Amino acid sequence: MNTKRSAYPYIVWMLIFIVVPLFLVLYFAFTSGDSQTFTDFTFSLDNFKRFLTPTYLKVLGRSINLALISTLLSLIIGYPLAYIISKEKPKTRNTLVLALVIPMWMNFLLRTYAWLTLLGRNGFINNILAKLGLPGLNLMYNNKAILLGMVYNFLPFMVLPIYSVLIKIEKNLVEAAEDLGADKLTVFKKVIFPLSLPGVITGITMVFIPAVSTFVISDLLGGNKYNLIGNIIEQQFRWTGDWHFGSAMSVILMILILVTMALTSKFDKEKEGGGGLW
Amino acid sequence: MVKKHLKKFYMFLVLLFLYAPIIVLVVFSFNNSKSRGTWSGFTLRWYVELFRDAEVLRALYNTILIAVLSSVISTVIGTFAALGIHQIKGFKKSIILNLNYLPVLNPDIVTAISLMALYRFLKIDFGLSTMLLSHIAFSIPYVILSILPKLKQMNVHLAEAAMDLGATPLYALRKVIIPEIMPGIITGGLLAFTLSVDDFVISFFNTGHGVSNLSITIYSMTRRGINPIINALSTLMFISLLVLLLIINKRTDKSLERGGI
Repeated sequence: MNTKRSAYPYIVWMLIFIVVPLFLVLYFAFTSGDSQTFTDFTFSLDNFKRFLTPTYLKVLGRSINLALISTLLSLIIGYPLAYIISKEKPKTRNTLVLALVIPMWMNFLLRTYAWLTLLGRNGFINNILAKLGLPGLNLMYNNKAILLGMVYNFLPFMVLPIYSVLIKIEKNLVEAAEDLGADKLTVFKKVIFPLSLPGVITGITMVFIPAVSTFVISDLLGGNKYNLIGNIIEQQFRWTGDWHFGSAMSVILMILILVTMALTSKFDKEKEGGGGLW
Repeated sequence: MVKKHLKKFYMFLVLLFLYAPIIVLVVFSFNNSKSRGTWSGFTLRWYVELFRDAEVLRALYNTILIAVLSSVISTVIGTFAALGIHQIKGFKKSIILNLNYLPVLNPDIVTAISLMALYRFLKIDFGLSTMLLSHIAFSIPYVILSILPKLKQMNVHLAEAAMDLGATPLYALRKVIIPEIMPGIITGGLLAFTLSVDDFVISFFNTGHGVSNLSITIYSMTRRGINPIINALSTLMFISLLVLLLIINKRTDKSLERGGI
């Protein structure tokens, strides 16, 4: 039976809602003019020139830096967790995976904002410190708070793909390695870890991409002092109205993500390694 | 022995980290004071006030309306698209799949502003309709990605057999193919629903003046202080989802027993 034709409406839909919008962003990025009236656009590279000044390069640097650190932290915290869960009995395993997913059902703005109650100046932790007679800590509105927010929000995206690869590893392989005299550490280094790499790579991209482009987490936990590239894009589109500059930065963000994908896919030798969530 | 306890302790710590803010939210929805951080006695006041707050109820209504509409529409479009894409082969297929993958890979904010540019270009007024269109647009790729594997697993000859036995193509589609891929369709639909309820970034950029959903209301509240009503509402939503999940789990357990698997 030929059902090819039932894809045609969606192909038209994709052109309108995926292709055209991205070309519009590109078009905006390489032109200047009054973005509110859509008139008198002229080709220009000013938006990119403006971006390549120390102020904005610093923002880009900070975004990449924080995203990299939070990805690394998620990996360090998440890998052992995925490993421990994968060793449990199937029933416990499913419950634990569910326990990881359930928090995501609560609005992420609220969950992130709730950290204020825990870490704020009059928050839970500082209240305990005060009762113990210790000096209060400045836990909010700094880079560390943003990192905490990133790891908090994106950790499950690291654990789940690694877990789903780990449970598929054949026990025979591990047993064979042990029979041949490998100790536990060697088995992990030479068998389990290399086989789990596709999951690790999916996890890294799934944490890095939202982390590098976030504006909400830095907004809520970083105060106004710690702008990331996402914040600047948001400002251009929501408040300043300079869509050209905002689009140029979005193009840079997309290039950054393409580079990340290219880098990570180099490590992922088998393309369809099963590490994907889909 | 020590190792086992260490593992348990580690899991406990990570789960505590993930649940601490949720515990805070739930506890403070019963707090008899507007301020965060100080506990001043138990109350159900916020739960009562919740049902009198027109702004929050309006936002809840918008959230649910958009989630239901966008998940239904994107599931229908996505199912037909998946049926078609499954049959397309080679170069064309990989182009379509890659295009379909773009919104999944692109950061939310880029998808959001690109759609914003589209509506401005087409001179569509921002409001509930643009929010709905955007939700449909970012949900369809996920629906397709959950249905395609099911189509791949399906026996190719099933539909042919049905048609050899006299079924019209449409009848075969309805009675053979759709039931075969139903699990994928349901997963896709649920995914679209949760994505829509959870979304903030896409809605934030593509809404019009005065139209807001829960996420947008919460975001604007973070600037002027969160009203405990929101804590009460999220607690209720969270608990209803948990109950729903428990029911689904019970039912699948039972059907597994019956099926003898």
